[in-house]
Amino acid sequence: MSWFLKPETQPEKILVMLLAILLFALVMALVLLVVDRPRLPKWVPATGYLGPAVLLITFGLLWPGMLTIKASFFDRLNRDFVGLENYIYIFTDQGFLIVLGNTVLWVVLVPLVATALGLIYAVLVDRTRAEKLAKTLIFLPMAISMVGAGIIWKFMYEYKPKGVNQIGLLNQVVVWLGGEPQQWLLNPPLNTFMLIVVMIWIQAGFAMTVLSAAIKAIPDEIIEAAKVDGVTGTKLFFWVTIPSVRPAIIVVLTTIAMATLKAFDIVYTMTGGNFNTSVVANEFYFQSFVQGGPQIGAALATLLFIMITPIIVYNLRQMRISEGER
Amino acid sequence: MSLDTRVETPRKLTRKEQRQVDAKTRLSSPAASFIAVLVAIFWTIPTAGLFITSFRPQLDIRRTGWWTVFVDPSFTLDNYAKTLQANNLANSFFNSFIITIPAVLIPIMLALLAAYAFAWIDFKGRNFLFAFVFALQVVPIQVTLIPLLTQYVNWGLANTFWTVWLSHTIFALPLAIYLLHNFMKEIPRSLIEAARVDGAGHVRVFFQVLMPLLVPAIASFAIFQFLWVWNDLLVALTFAPVEYAPITRVVADLSGSFGSQWHLLSSAAFISMFVPMIVFLSLQRYFVRGLLAGGVKG
Repeated sequence: MSWFLKPETQPEKILVMLLAILLFALVMALVLLVVDRPRLPKWVPATGYLGPAVLLITFGLLWPGMLTIKASFFDRLNRDFVGLENYIYIFTDQGFLIVLGNTVLWVVLVPLVATALGLIYAVLVDRTRAEKLAKTLIFLPMAISMVGAGIIWKFMYEYKPKGVNQIGLLNQVVVWLGGEPQQWLLNPPLNTFMLIVVMIWIQAGFAMTVLSAAIKAIPDEIIEAAKVDGVTGTKLFFWVTIPSVRPAIIVVLTTIAMATLKAFDIVYTMTGGNFNTSVVANEFYFQSFVQGGPQIGAALATLLFIMITPIIVYNLRQMRISEGER
Repeated sequence: MSLDTRVETPRKLTRKEQRQVDAKTRLSSPAASFIAVLVAIFWTIPTAGLFITSFRPQLDIRRTGWWTVFVDPSFTLDNYAKTLQANNLANSFFNSFIITIPAVLIPIMLALLAAYAFAWIDFKGRNFLFAFVFALQVVPIQVTLIPLLTQYVNWGLANTFWTVWLSHTIFALPLAIYLLHNFMKEIPRSLIEAARVDGAGHVRVFFQVLMPLLVPAIASFAIFQFLWVWNDLLVALTFAPVEYAPITRVVADLSGSFGSQWHLLSSAAFISMFVPMIVFLSLQRYFVRGLLAGGVKG
């Protein structure tokens, strides 16, 4: 039976994979067979259909979430209650204050810049000849893993000393302009901004896609009326387009903010959190699995949760409001 | 989401109409087009640069910038050959498929069942339960990792593919249920009722009436989940042992250990990226559709 848990060869792996899929398909079939009889009370099929999913969610999200929040109030061994000690440590330690500061920078800059760029770009390419291609180009980074994006940009930022041929484009441009090549990823606080650029590069495509759809949904009459009043160009953009897509803008802003808070791959791949570039999501991983500070990791994860909750609540309310308008 | 979930298919306009439409909405000026082109170039260059680099000979990469290929072209496939031989990359590429396929299919199966119940069975507590499932999208997966890992260890499942599949399934469920529920709700009630009047049970309604209509919805979730799982690093780092590590993790490790061996790093990155890129480019339509229906996951 060991291959079932620990397949070694590739055929074994494929076999186990197929078995896993089959297993769940069987569960599904079984549920369907058992509960699909006429004249059963309604709760029977409802329980059958919802059971597997709700069980998994409770076991895998709700329960662990509660355990982690609890662990954040306990000591390293998860034995003695320490109150807010872990949080106090995070909010007073010099290193952690930098981490928190960086996180704030990320969560403010990435949504704002990515959304602004996405919006402007969506307006610029709207109904042009090459619209589809233009959108795909901006959108493509969304298909790339953050690890891949990290490597792509690390290469952009690559540094060679002065006098040697540069192989990173950014430093080459600096040299072409007569400047000195920089260690973009080593010097704080500049390096954090360089990492933020990568996340903006990834997220702008998302903003552009959603906002482009919103722009296309603006009724022609509104544009027409504005035209009659002599509103054109930039004014049209600020007075008509932006107010019309405001709900979509908020949804995009909040969604990107949430994605940004949770993202750790970029920092992990590009600097490993060194040189004062760490953010909460990265520090969580480091504390929990590398450093051996699970209680601090738990507190950091709880902090993430606390930061995300108001954003998602606002996001949902916004969605509901705009759905009501529809 | 607030937006129309259908991908717009504008009716064909005559050229004259089209020009009128263009004129009234666009910030029409050469400057605008120029900016758009500039942004597009800026967005493409980083990827293109590394892509070109991955085909350049090792020495050239170290000595000159990739932009010099335009005056002095020389290409090779050596980097790819080397990367695939060394570093266990081929194996991790294979692992990525082993991890991703069930992690896409299983949540779809479970979520279809649940979404059906939420959309078409009236039972007590339905709204409450739906809100519960929906609200759990808030939970960042970081919060769950350590307790989950402890549980897997207790069950003797740690360091297997099973924990990776299970974890991805769990993390996908709230979004999957929410998305599929939204799509299912759009199907006219009369269709379902007609089938029920004909004596069809839930199973027949599900497979004969709903499934054909749901294919696009399932496709859009599948693409999301595929990209998410394939590109995931955190779940892989936490639950997958080294011998089952997917390619993102191996590439991330390379980035740490190989610092500036760009001939290996560039080719490794592109081996990891080409599958999601193909999926994305060929199924972009469904991806956008899912995005506009609220399919966003973190």
